[in-house]
Amino acid sequence: MADEVKLFGMWASPYSRRVELALKLKGIPYEYIEEDLSNKSSLLLKYNPVHQKIPVLVHNGKPIAESLVILEYIDETWRNNPVLPQDPYDRAMARFWAKFIDEKLLTTARKVSFATGKEQDQAIEQITEQLKLLENELKGKEYFSGQSIGYLDIVANVLVFWFRNLQEALGVDMFTEEKFPIIFEWIGKLVKIDTVNECRIPKEKHLDYIRTRLEALKFSSK
Amino acid sequence: MAEEVKLFKTWSTPFGLRVVWALKLKGIQYDAIDEDLSNKSALLLQYNPVYKKVPVLVHNGKPISESLVILEYIDETWKQNPILPEDPLEKARERFWAKFNDEKLLPSIWDAFTKEGKEREEAIATSLENLKFVEEELKGKIFFGGEKIGLADLVFGWLANLICVFEEVTGFKIIDERFPVLLAWMQEFLELPIIKDNLPPHDKLVIKYQALYEKYHPAK
Repeated sequence: MADEVKLFGMWASPYSRRVELALKLKGIPYEYIEEDLSNKSSLLLKYNPVHQKIPVLVHNGKPIAESLVILEYIDETWRNNPVLPQDPYDRAMARFWAKFIDEKLLTTARKVSFATGKEQDQAIEQITEQLKLLENELKGKEYFSGQSIGYLDIVANVLVFWFRNLQEALGVDMFTEEKFPIIFEWIGKLVKIDTVNECRIPKEKHLDYIRTRLEALKFSSK
Repeated sequence: MAEEVKLFKTWSTPFGLRVVWALKLKGIQYDAIDEDLSNKSALLLQYNPVYKKVPVLVHNGKPISESLVILEYIDETWKQNPILPEDPLEKARERFWAKFNDEKLLPSIWDAFTKEGKEREEAIATSLENLKFVEEELKGKIFFGGEKIGLADLVFGWLANLICVFEEVTGFKIIDERFPVLLAWMQEFLELPIIKDNLPPHDKLVIKYQALYEKYHPAK
């Protein structure tokens, strides 16, 4: 039976992009459905009633939600080009840092975006510490996953486009090559990979999107 | 080579308890080190420099932190009595619900316990919505894992021993007759020898959470 794979996603979401990257790295054909988050489709709400969020992968009619859960599902279902390492300890380390990126780094990035003044300074201090911790994991390695890109690179892909665009839109000293030379060296390698580029968030469109959202927030808090 | 397994936890942490249950389920011998979180050991800080939290599993000198990561490590290292099924879709379901507990349900109930006024009202409403999703997921099953317990059961397991403590301390019943399937699951879960024989003492928990409650709700 032919596999039917659909991905409900959103162009600016790093969570959605990471699933696309995994699918493309494994050469899995899929149908992409772009969601308008201000007007979610009834299909999305049916497939993810609990969170009502993207991304959702639908494989032969069965939905899987939560991007990290989806990545593991993809790796276990299509066994070619494995993205997670074999060794349980290495897998644990990859999962630990993926959680760190989602639970700490991305949360703090939002704080940096929405805060102002002293609060923003504190958030920048926090994110600097967190990025340095993550940067440590790259030391002595070609990629987060070792000799070639894998699960943690796919999750850390958020740094390659989303974070850099956020830095540019905000103009604060949050994520620069001076501060994080090893991360930026890794970014330089990632952007040379065709598949990674196919999943990039279009920069100008994204900068506009971020700026519009920040303006709307300032407006609503007056 | 002899295995060396250590678990850094506290006597009461539900995140440590779920790891204890997994180790017991698989018959893994380990050394438990109960930490005093107001005075963390140098070893703990060395093994978990990023979060400085419990639980931490140390297997032959190598540390693993974050309870969900630990549970998956345990399942992949010791293959007897698996807590995750073989089928990828079923595995995804277990992981989804484990995350739901940690990211949604538990925080909402914690907020309902610790917040006051309008924030408390909202936390209670959110908790009830979250509990409804869990109730729905359990329908037609004995355990989240089906006939036997799995990852999601271990992760939701804190409800079985801590909810009654919260209810006793606050005088507010959160899992009431609106959740018959969940109530039945809690009973079945607590009757399992692995669980029943590995619970922190109820009275000690009541004292601890009573003190915490008073801290969050100082008498005016």
